[in-house]
Amino acid sequence: MTALLLVEQTLNGLQLGIMLFLMSAGLTLVFGIMNLINLAHGSLYMIGAYFAAAFLTLTGSFLLAAPLAVLATLAIGVAVEITVLRTLYARDHLDQVLATFGLILFFNEGVRLLFGAESLYLDLPPGLKGQVEIVPGAPYPLFRLVIIFVGLAVAAALYALVQKTRLGALIRAGASNREMVGALGVDIPRLFTLVFGLGAALAGLGGVMAGPIVSVQTGMGEEILILAFVVIVIGGIGSVRGALFAALAIGILDTMGRSFLAEILALFLPREAAQTAGPTIASMLIYLFMAAILFFRPRGLFPPKVR
Amino acid sequence: MKIRIAVAVAALAVFSAPSHAADKIKIGFVTTLTKAPAIIGKHMQDAVELALDHLDRKIGGLPTEVVYKDDEFDPEIGKLRAEELVKRDRVDFVAGFIWSNVLLQARHAVLRSETFLISSNAGPHELAGKECSPYFFSTSWQNDQTPEAMGKYLNDNAVKRVFVISPNYPAGKDMVAGFKRAYKGETSGEVLTPWPQHNDWSAEFARIRAINPRPEAVFAFYPGGAGINFVKQYAQSGLKELIPLYTVFTTDSTTLRAQGDAALGIQSTMFWGPDLPNETNAKFVGDFKKKYGYIPSFYAAQSYDSIMLIDSAVRAVKGKIEDKDAVRAALRRADFKTVRGFMRFNTNHFPIQNFYLQEVVKAPDGGFDTRIKGVVLNAHADAYGKECPMKW
Repeated sequence: MTALLLVEQTLNGLQLGIMLFLMSAGLTLVFGIMNLINLAHGSLYMIGAYFAAAFLTLTGSFLLAAPLAVLATLAIGVAVEITVLRTLYARDHLDQVLATFGLILFFNEGVRLLFGAESLYLDLPPGLKGQVEIVPGAPYPLFRLVIIFVGLAVAAALYALVQKTRLGALIRAGASNREMVGALGVDIPRLFTLVFGLGAALAGLGGVMAGPIVSVQTGMGEEILILAFVVIVIGGIGSVRGALFAALAIGILDTMGRSFLAEILALFLPREAAQTAGPTIASMLIYLFMAAILFFRPRGLFPPKVR
Repeated sequence: MKIRIAVAVAALAVFSAPSHAADKIKIGFVTTLTKAPAIIGKHMQDAVELALDHLDRKIGGLPTEVVYKDDEFDPEIGKLRAEELVKRDRVDFVAGFIWSNVLLQARHAVLRSETFLISSNAGPHELAGKECSPYFFSTSWQNDQTPEAMGKYLNDNAVKRVFVISPNYPAGKDMVAGFKRAYKGETSGEVLTPWPQHNDWSAEFARIRAINPRPEAVFAFYPGGAGINFVKQYAQSGLKELIPLYTVFTTDSTTLRAQGDAALGIQSTMFWGPDLPNETNAKFVGDFKKKYGYIPSFYAAQSYDSIMLIDSAVRAVKGKIEDKDAVRAALRRADFKTVRGFMRFNTNHFPIQNFYLQEVVKAPDGGFDTRIKGVVLNAHADAYGKECPMKW
């Protein structure tokens, strides 16, 4: 029974990690390459979920609604980059934090005005309902498996993009030394728009995938944003590879902590105390992990090389 | 110049001094109007406006103004708003409050100023026991009462093992305490999840699935958006077919549309339902649906009763609301037509009322609604009344 539970919780951890990766991949690129702290990244996740719900109502098909929602989020991201963020690159981080925090408020209230205060209904696509038994005796929701596979596919595609293409070379170069890339004649504003659009699309995809699982409501992006920041700090700011490993580590650590810590503590604490302390310590676990990583590797696990 | 200033100051002092014979009534209403739980605030605000419509916009026959304040789902902000209401707006009554943690922070400013505070939802046990206040009343319930009814229902149906899951904040702890006070069977396990940021229960569900022997029921309390997440994920995990889910304050008209089929058949206990048969409720629910086009939730019902309670007291003292003792005596009589058909106050000013079992069903129009299945507890008083030193 415990072995089965371990398998199931590992899958749960992987799935949470994949969601975090979709969020943090864009965040780390934007922070690392554009040197922009974008607190509104969670809003793009929320917008993705709302678009998915809206397009699902319009088209009646999740398979159609999902790519449409990702494209629409990309468009919003590009529009935000061109109209608002461009003016912030030369400013210091405090100004960026203030402005993008303003964007959070703008998007949360905007969504509430457009769609109303009630949470939207976003059901699982019909073919993806139900559970599958990967290991006999441990049924696992099919949709969460799909999230894991989509996430891994996105990670592979991003790897190919960053490592094998000209755009990827520019992105890597940008993360290492932005000024030099600009001096070599690369159109930096266009690169930034591209990168930000890519990040927005990834956050939107995260929102689309999360929509059927969680409540589609205003402010849903902020819940995951904090975790995404933890991920990019651990992974090394600007590194997609770091974001992947850190996201998976955080996902698995958080899930394992939530499921087993109370039991482990109960071995040497009174049961009542363990029941109370378990969840409390479990929710701090990832921050302890971050502190430990930063103590030994102050720039994260895979910091981009800087010359 | 000096004289002019002195005159202006004197005039200001005259205008801002509290009048003894009230010629108008000012009510401050604190709820959540932005952020994720804004839908709850909307239900409450709509219900207050409907109550005023039913009273010809006059509380106790006097022109009435309601000042709405947004607590932003944050105890600190709720505290600020409450202070503004009593210090700047100088309201005669404060009502509202969805969240126990917000109310616990905000109450001091109101109660210290000897302004009557009517909770339209939150019912933390602190306010029911030793810290009960002559200025605090509730038109909802003490937090423990509703889960006590659920515990009783599971006893009656010989459910032997229950897994308990709830958020880790004052109301969540009260719900667990109330449930365990009434439930006589075995608790298979108990989890308090972080609040409000926790939104994925896959790890907890895997744990529940692995428990041997398998629990015969899961008892949960997740209000607002958290309830949408929880109920959807419970169904998606496949647990819903294995272990029946029993809830309190988790499936209501603010969440049912977003929960969809996942909520179908879930049973909960409640002091009221839109289908509770009595004349006042029929008028409230009928007019509410006509005016706003949606089914009122219990949040709306309680808010409606808050206004009606205030109206009954102002009417009884003939507008002399400066006589606090007379107002309190009038409030204690609860001499108004409540949407729940019957209620009176315990010595700690929390309602003594019936609790019903209700189930989520498909409505004729294809949406979702709740149906009352029967009475679980008659004239049920909360467990903390004895600890409250007030005698009357």
